Amino acid sequence: MKHTISVLVENEFGVLSRVSGLFSGRGFNIESLSVAPTLDPDTSRMTIVTTGDDRILEQITKQLNKLISTIKVVDFTAKDFIARELALIKVSTEAETRAEALRIVDIFRAKVIDVTPKTYTIEITGAPAKINGIIELLRPMGIKEIVRSGPVVIGRGAKGVAG
Amino acid sequence: MKLTGSQILLESLGREGVDLVFGYPGGAVINIYDDLFSSPIEHILTRHEQAAVHAADAYARSTGKVGVVIATSGPGATNTVTGIATAYMDSIPMVVITGQVPTPLIGNDAFQEADICGITRPCTKHNYLVKDIRDLARTVKEAFYIARTGRPGPVLIDLPKDVQVSTCDFVYPDSVELRGYKPTYAGNVRQIEKAAQMILQARRPVLYVGGGINLSAANSELLTLAEQTRMPVATTLMAMSAFPQQHPLALGMLGMHGAYCANMSVTECDLLIAIGARFDDRVTGRIDSFAEKARVIHVDIDPTSIKKNVSVDLPIVGDLKDVLAKLNASLTVKGAEVDELIEATTAWRETIDGWKKKHPMTYRSSKSVIKPQFVIEKLRELSADDAIITTEVGQHQMWTAQFFKFTQPRTFLTSGGLGTMGFGLPAALGAQAAFPERQVIDISGDGSFQMNSQELATLMQYQLPVKIAILNNNFLGMVRQWQQMFFEKRYSQTCLGLPIDFVKLAQAYGATGLRATRNDEVEGVIREAFATPGPVLMEFKISREENVLPMVPAGKAIHEMVLAS
Ligand SMILES: Cc1ncc(C[n+]2csc(CCOP(=O)(O)OP(=O)(O)O)c2C)c(N)n1
Repeated sequence: MKHTISVLVENEFGVLSRVSGLFSGRGFNIESLSVAPTLDPDTSRMTIVTTGDDRILEQITKQLNKLISTIKVVDFTAKDFIARELALIKVSTEAETRAEALRIVDIFRAKVIDVTPKTYTIEITGAPAKINGIIELLRPMGIKEIVRSGPVVIGRGAKGVAG
Repeated sequence: MKLTGSQILLESLGREGVDLVFGYPGGAVINIYDDLFSSPIEHILTRHEQAAVHAADAYARSTGKVGVVIATSGPGATNTVTGIATAYMDSIPMVVITGQVPTPLIGNDAFQEADICGITRPCTKHNYLVKDIRDLARTVKEAFYIARTGRPGPVLIDLPKDVQVSTCDFVYPDSVELRGYKPTYAGNVRQIEKAAQMILQARRPVLYVGGGINLSAANSELLTLAEQTRMPVATTLMAMSAFPQQHPLALGMLGMHGAYCANMSVTECDLLIAIGARFDDRVTGRIDSFAEKARVIHVDIDPTSIKKNVSVDLPIVGDLKDVLAKLNASLTVKGAEVDELIEATTAWRETIDGWKKKHPMTYRSSKSVIKPQFVIEKLRELSADDAIITTEVGQHQMWTAQFFKFTQPRTFLTSGGLGTMGFGLPAALGAQAAFPERQVIDISGDGSFQMNSQELATLMQYQLPVKIAILNNNFLGMVRQWQQMFFEKRYSQTCLGLPIDFVKLAQAYGATGLRATRNDEVEGVIREAFATPGPVLMEFKISREENVLPMVPAGKAIHEMVLAS
């Protein structure tokens, strides 16, 4: 099963390789990983999407917690959370498909951020499922390139995860 | 007062109570060695950095203190890696200080540059590259704290040369503030109460104890628990000296080369109480049949050890000493129920005694050739109770675990998790440096001995009176045994060729060398070695194709032992 884990870490030298090395060294999957500093410049937040059964997920969370550089680990999977991802998509557009492309962009509330005679570059943010949706609709026109950020997540409600 | 980086390092080591370090100099640590010249901290110069790490490791295993190593950058640092990985697998507290090229050169493939933090990340508990001298004192403080607390382990500090020579005010911090590191020491009282209830309900309970007992110094608490409930104790390789092996409740070692009664007890038990052990595959054999009739209680300070390989009915995270003390206290107030437990488990202990009698740990003795097991028994008989025994890795290591009846804590130092050949001699060196007055014996194979035999020179230089017993079969015996049993005797690359004259080798270093080739010479050689001051090497020409038995073939359940060849 797919799990989204948020990891608050010390923003220090080598911390990314400690986390990624833990996953590769123990044979855990990383589907996506995004990382950036938080409000406190001494800490960074990593959002990791991984897969595994309950036993593996328990090990992943425990092993992450065991790292000295890790401050907090939250598995959002069973919680009420919002996930958002950014994707940049370059699609081929022939004269006859340009209008259709724009219509799709409009339906998904995406944006065209670069135009050439043969391509549109589209920016879209949203839940990963929404991004998968627009990709399916654009695919027949010919997608030349796609860049996805991997999701970042935040819990619903008033409470925050410190940092 | 302003101090240089290398002075700050040595001052900080002093504040941590370090009086002895093991190491090897080089360009990137020459400033540290210059300051060591006039420092009260003693230094032992090994002949290889790997040996320095094993020596520091054994210093830690035998004393409980943190072992300290200094090595230069590049090859010096990479030579420490096997030692660090050995310590990491066995959870040994250690701080390794490596020199590094100056910060402006890092990443340039400079002379003797190696990314030692990158290389050791998966085999250290934590590591540091100190780029700013203002971080140095705090880093040393943190390194020692991390190394010795929680589940102990090695910590590496990589110190660039320019940081060693720059200066700053020296202030040693009083305390450590690490928001990401707060080990749980106190066991949860409600969980412990549940454990007491499960014990009282058990009819076939077994204690399965590991190296954590030594690390937590919970030996007397373990003894109390076993004695007050009369529960039998199976020990892992790492815990052979954690529970007195001549005790009637001792089952001996369990696992691949475990005692018949230990493996049968674990297979048949209805309650398995795992304490400071981690269900290693060499212990469990086929995992799904390991203790399959039992409910499982698992006590460990490291949450990742729990439910890693097996499912657990009752996990207890905490320091073993604390948990066992609380458990003992809880059982003590239940006197009558404990009496009932003892009554109700009498049949179980009788069954176990039956297994002990049916297949005791034994071997076929010989009047002529030297049996390795006989040498081990004689070494036990003739050595002091508190003698410290180290081993290398292979058959001789297993025979030592099986036949040397350890009685005192921290007297058996062996590489369990990594299984590092070449560990024993430098380990003996480190233990002897820690305890100059005690007997220290390295029980070795002829293969392993040659992985760090250069340390004979170190023994001589510091006059460390280590006694070495080489069980010479002229084979890489343990691998040969596998080839005999599972590869139709195709002895591929396990015969060590022309015999080496180990007596002359010892003499070349100025040490005493003795040899026994017949059974009736064994006792005389051991007596003479023990009576001779200084380092002595004993070479025993043993029966060459002796096997370690019992043996659980790979992939089998631990009750499926091969008992005789
Ligand atoms: C550094 C290292 N290399 C290889 C091995 C694999 N290995 C395990 S036991 C063994 C044979 C050891 O031979 P020896 O030291 O002569 O001891 P014996 O088994 O004969 O008692 C080998 C090669 C190891 N454990 N460590």
